[in-house]
Amino acid sequence: MRAGSLIRVLLVALLLAAAATAVAIFIPWLPDQASKEGERIDFVFWFVTAVCIGIFSVVASLSVYSLIKFRAKPDDDTDGPPVHGHTGIEITWTVIPLILVIAMIVVSSVALAQNDREPSNAMRVEVLGQQFAWLVAYPPPGAAEDMDGFICFNREGEGLIQVNERCKASPNLVLPLDRPARLHLTARDVIHSFWVPEFRQKQDAVPGLTTEITVTPTKVGNYPFICTELCGLGHALMRTRAIVMTQSEFDSWRRRGEAR
Amino acid sequence: MTVTVDEHGAHEVHAPKPPPTGWRRYLLAPGWIRAAWMTALFFGIGFGIVVGIRALAGWDPVIYWDAIIVVAALTAAPIGFLAGLGAFDYWLAWAFGQPTRPEDHSGHGARRWTDYFRINTDHKVIGIQYVTTTIFFFLAGGMMAMLVRAELARPEADFVDPQTYNELFSVHASLMIFLFVIPAFAGLANYVLPLMIGAPDMAFPKLNALSYWLLPIAGIMMLASFFFPGFGAGWTNYTPLSVEQPFGNVFFSMAVQWAGASSIMTALNFLVTIITMRAPGMTFWRMPLLVWANFTTSLLVVIATPFIAGSQFFVMFDKIMHTNFFDIAEGGYPLGYQHIFWFYSHPAVYIMILPGFGIVSEVISTMSRKPIFGYRLMALSLVAILILGFSVWAHHMFVAGMATWLRIPMMITTLLIAVPTGIKVFSWLATTWEGKINFSTPMLWALGFVSQFVIGGLSGIYLGAVPIDIHASDTYFIVAHIHYVLLGGSLFTIFAGIYYWFPKMTGRLYDERLGKLHFWLTFLAVNATFFPMHIIGIQGMPRRVYTYDPAFGNWNMFISISAFVLGASFLIFVYNMIVSWARGPRSPANPWRGMTLEWQVSSPPPLFNFDEIPQVVGNPYEYGVPGARHAVFNGDREMVEEEEPVRA
Repeated sequence: MRAGSLIRVLLVALLLAAAATAVAIFIPWLPDQASKEGERIDFVFWFVTAVCIGIFSVVASLSVYSLIKFRAKPDDDTDGPPVHGHTGIEITWTVIPLILVIAMIVVSSVALAQNDREPSNAMRVEVLGQQFAWLVAYPPPGAAEDMDGFICFNREGEGLIQVNERCKASPNLVLPLDRPARLHLTARDVIHSFWVPEFRQKQDAVPGLTTEITVTPTKVGNYPFICTELCGLGHALMRTRAIVMTQSEFDSWRRRGEAR
Repeated sequence: MTVTVDEHGAHEVHAPKPPPTGWRRYLLAPGWIRAAWMTALFFGIGFGIVVGIRALAGWDPVIYWDAIIVVAALTAAPIGFLAGLGAFDYWLAWAFGQPTRPEDHSGHGARRWTDYFRINTDHKVIGIQYVTTTIFFFLAGGMMAMLVRAELARPEADFVDPQTYNELFSVHASLMIFLFVIPAFAGLANYVLPLMIGAPDMAFPKLNALSYWLLPIAGIMMLASFFFPGFGAGWTNYTPLSVEQPFGNVFFSMAVQWAGASSIMTALNFLVTIITMRAPGMTFWRMPLLVWANFTTSLLVVIATPFIAGSQFFVMFDKIMHTNFFDIAEGGYPLGYQHIFWFYSHPAVYIMILPGFGIVSEVISTMSRKPIFGYRLMALSLVAILILGFSVWAHHMFVAGMATWLRIPMMITTLLIAVPTGIKVFSWLATTWEGKINFSTPMLWALGFVSQFVIGGLSGIYLGAVPIDIHASDTYFIVAHIHYVLLGGSLFTIFAGIYYWFPKMTGRLYDERLGKLHFWLTFLAVNATFFPMHIIGIQGMPRRVYTYDPAFGNWNMFISISAFVLGASFLIFVYNMIVSWARGPRSPANPWRGMTLEWQVSSPPPLFNFDEIPQVVGNPYEYGVPGARHAVFNGDREMVEEEEPVRA
């Protein structure tokens, strides 16, 4: 490639990179971020975005330049130069993507490992998916540690599920601010999926299994809590709220109803 | 006296029975009349088996329609239909020791349009049967997508009821995957692959005919599910939801069996054809990349397809026979379904794109007038994708609740696939570099494919990275991604292939202006439809919902309008194809000045493709190499020996 065309390709690449960056920045992509796990996921998101903008601008600038520059003239019947390949170039475009891929794997794995870790002071919350509503239950404080095998949702044959009466049940997910919550999910009938976009955390709730996920809320607020796994006719309506409140508000919320 | 009888009998044994005459000709000769009564007969046999067993066992009710439909309508009747059409005549005669007809080539070639509606053993006829049938199902699936977008134009539930909505998107996906993309590629390859390797036909022409006729059966079954409501569990058909679905769900389970059997037979046929029927001199390293692509795809099909067959049988047995493969109350394991399902359905995404890679390689090389850049690495990257493709299935299950450690190796293999895929994209671009690019319609589709596939590939990196996938899975981001790779990817390559080989297949030229209009309209509408889906997905819109947060209302209205433009753009295609096939100008043998073998014979090719067997002497893409030939025919030998510079 001559210097002149190299400069032109570079200019196009910069232009396209600027355009792609504008798309990334000015379109509000991610919803509000309200959890510590979300921070890590967003970091991976922007890291991958940066890599993708780089790849996109290289590929797009080369194609735009090539397709404009090397159009055949209307009655040009000749062939192009018989270039069959170039080992150096081929190694380059194998190795550079490989390095980028490894970088993304490392970043993702670290974020995933951190998000998966069960914090020692985590509050246990049980979530039950059923057609077509969520049910959230809170074991009495200390129950998870003291009573081995204590669970709020007991499965008793034939898919029937009983809510342990010592647990506080709620149709919404209510969490205290800044305290990690370990959600234990299961499902009564078919597969459902827990998702709060602002927490960035998603996990299927599967009948017969208990799946777990950690959420550490970082922002007081009221967020959508959605089922994202097709679960039947009412799937679209299986929406409720995830409410984050301060610890003291949460404590008084939790005491409410226990008196009864 | 006895001797005469014996002689007479011996004579009878050695000659095939004469064809029936008179009214029996209509009833007994292979064809639609025999297919009609044999379908009914076999339905009756299925009915009798079910009712007989139930009566003998004393089960109540004796006439149990769920079982009768599965056995009689979805299993026995299609076999009767195929037998009636004549798909098994030769094999049955052979199996029963009857004399088989010597091959008189009566089942070969199409002289009238009705020849396309019978068992035909000519790979060129079968190829056209495949492509037209799959386009029919493409239009049917597209209509369903239009209805889905009509519902989603506004946030409220205002157009169809929830059950119908679930059926629309489920059958839309099933038709597009099992009756459009996979068989459309099989059809194009059916037509051009034997030509490209210099073979007179496929290795097993009768099997080839049978594979085609399984498709309409599968397609009609998918469509018929609407009448029994219904198949509404999504094409993934996850259990336990699928087991508690209305009865129509078994129509999907059985349609997948028929379509899958068709795929497996075709793939075996391709493998044997490629391995054993290459023309002299056609070594593996001289095969066009389309042949390489179908070789790797066929391996994927043969190894993976039995898994989806198993998964759908298990679901159906759980549903109608009360087995407990996935019933947790009886110790079943719902996630087991997902593992088996995706062990096919992930390789299936490569089944749906590798043949497209092959088509695009042909088109870009010919239209850029340059050899494929890095031919061997291009072929090897197909093999790399084949191998890696089997080790990534669980990336569809990052949030499914499987063993958490399994996500890391699956992420590694998933992202590694970006490397061979990237090699292919870079090589296509390098092939255009310094070429003499002819922006004909097939080239526009091929380049459009590269651009859309880059976008789809980049969104695939987001989804391959587990933390982002946790946020984005089961949202509209996924919907955007799969449509970029399957519509911007597979569909664009199918159009590239159809336009590229249309002159070869029909002997006529299509209208180039309409072809370009079709491309640009589709290209713009695809991006207007699917790019915004990334945004609403990331922002929080789940997929497979008929009503959604009004905050996404404006985007969805815009997406729906774009989708209607997209749907309308295919009318141009249909008009162009029909009118050009009927009245287009005659095509020369080699309108694109291609070097591969299919362009060295007339358009359409002779009945057995090559009047003389070609001798392959070089690589398939030697554009710009003075005097280079891919193959020579006997008549050309002298010319080559004189070393005249010959441009193909």
